[in-house]
Amino acid sequence: MRALVGVKRVIDYAVKVRVKGDGSGVETAGVKMSMNPFCEIAVEEAVRLKEKGIIKEIIAVSIGPAQAQETIRTALAMGADRGMHVKHDDILQPLAIAKLLKAVAEKEKPDMILLGKQAIDDDCNQTGQMLASLMGWPQATFASKVDLAGKDMTVVREIDGGLETLGMKLPAVITTDLRLNEPRYATLPNIMKAKKKQIDATDPAQLGVDVSSKLQTLKVVEPPTRQAGGIVANVQELMAKLKEKSLI
Amino acid sequence: MQGLVRAVRRFGCTNIQRRFASTLVIAEHNNSALNAITRSAVTAASKLGGDIDLLVAGNNCDKVVEEAAKISGVKRVLKASAPHLERRLAEELEALILQTHNANKYTHILAASSACTKSVLPRVAAKLDVNQISEVIAIESEDTFVRPIYAGNALATVQSSDTVKVMTTRATSFDKAEMSGSASIEEISSAAVGLTEWKSEELSKSDRPELTAANVIVAGGRGLKSSENFQMLYKFADKMGAAVGASRAAVDAGYMPNDAQIGQTGKVVAPDLYFAIGISGAIQHLAGMKDSKTIVAINKDPDAPIFQVSDVGLVDDLFNVVPTMTEEIKK
Repeated sequence: MRALVGVKRVIDYAVKVRVKGDGSGVETAGVKMSMNPFCEIAVEEAVRLKEKGIIKEIIAVSIGPAQAQETIRTALAMGADRGMHVKHDDILQPLAIAKLLKAVAEKEKPDMILLGKQAIDDDCNQTGQMLASLMGWPQATFASKVDLAGKDMTVVREIDGGLETLGMKLPAVITTDLRLNEPRYATLPNIMKAKKKQIDATDPAQLGVDVSSKLQTLKVVEPPTRQAGGIVANVQELMAKLKEKSLI
Repeated sequence: MQGLVRAVRRFGCTNIQRRFASTLVIAEHNNSALNAITRSAVTAASKLGGDIDLLVAGNNCDKVVEEAAKISGVKRVLKASAPHLERRLAEELEALILQTHNANKYTHILAASSACTKSVLPRVAAKLDVNQISEVIAIESEDTFVRPIYAGNALATVQSSDTVKVMTTRATSFDKAEMSGSASIEEISSAAVGLTEWKSEELSKSDRPELTAANVIVAGGRGLKSSENFQMLYKFADKMGAAVGASRAAVDAGYMPNDAQIGQTGKVVAPDLYFAIGISGAIQHLAGMKDSKTIVAINKDPDAPIFQVSDVGLVDDLFNVVPTMTEEIKK
């Protein structure tokens, strides 16, 4: 079986983002970038399925500027077999990303597509669902456990009240929740090996996908800041404060 | 109005048609009770102007339909009751929503953000070849919306010129609509898709209020050190009539179930009173609670970032503070 894994380059999760003064977006120049944490989990899951002998080949695909290659290299160092870089310099909406991934999937014919449940920059939580819909495939969103027996997949999903188990047939789209696994660190030898792995390049035009969007970002601003309140000396003072506010 | 809309549609006069906003809201429920976040979605829909249809898809969900018909502002409740809709699987709901949209040509399709709606609405949007707008916190006009990005550290105002605006709204950002309406009820149906099979569920049982609806939340973090110690928070929460939440660290350490996680990738809450106990206040946690009206932080580290957003802070050992607070409330 073959797995396609989508990975996104985003501002590192630990960075406190700064909104640009002109309201056009957030500052990305000179800011540490990493693979989106949910994408790491997707790569890890694919590699584990390969280690179990269920998957034969893992293709890591990223859509973005030249630097997205680094993100693909990271996936290759974690154990993906080869990469696919869809070059595009502008920020794309999930709909365009889903269409591009569909075009890649139609070429590569994967049995499953693994994606993170959301990117921590746009916080959309859409791409996997859109891709599944465009492919006409079932989806397993917010997966915290994946079991495969042939083409039968059982997935435990994180839902609002707890957990839910679904069964479906491959091909399917899986989006990963935090609890699915603990991603491995790429070791130095594997990082060196990853340099020799192949990354093919393409772009939206070659894939025949129109990525124009009818959604426009008018402005990006800082959220209102909270005024830090005072520190109280002890529990009694704390309770008095809350009583004063009629909260208890 | 119906006749006019039909006439407009027949003559394909899209410019006029666009002026009549009509919104389909997807109800959130568990087949026996309506989830209150549905009422916040109706409030959001009412800001768009135009008629509001509310789709209740489920199985044996008459009680929910009855409740739904009472939400002020809803014109019609569309009831779709069938075994294949019972579990509200994304593939089944997608087909039903698309069919309902095709019959009524809505300008907006909207639902309060939940695990269910987050799963299905992007599928619907993709089939309609439109973008989806996630976690809308403010509606500026029928095509302009505000949503948080980067874990709530920036707010983006977006404008959509898509033919249909498909979006999820953040329940904590819109008041719940009143329950004094009387909508008409219409039955609709859809064929089963059958791509996925529901097998089982494991729901966290609790007598405490539901996290996203609670007025008071007591949340614990890594500082609690064990799941046994969470009993101490439960006792305090019960005194306060509060729900109990957790940071990711507490969930990852196994102190609390996943569905109790508050934050960027967990639940977003905005209660009147939020107790952050043994929680440092990482960016990702703040994303889920910083719109709470009053935040109380209890942490022994005076440099914990949580104190930058808290209204009342106490630098002390939670193992002393929580039992004392519980005692104090007894009095």
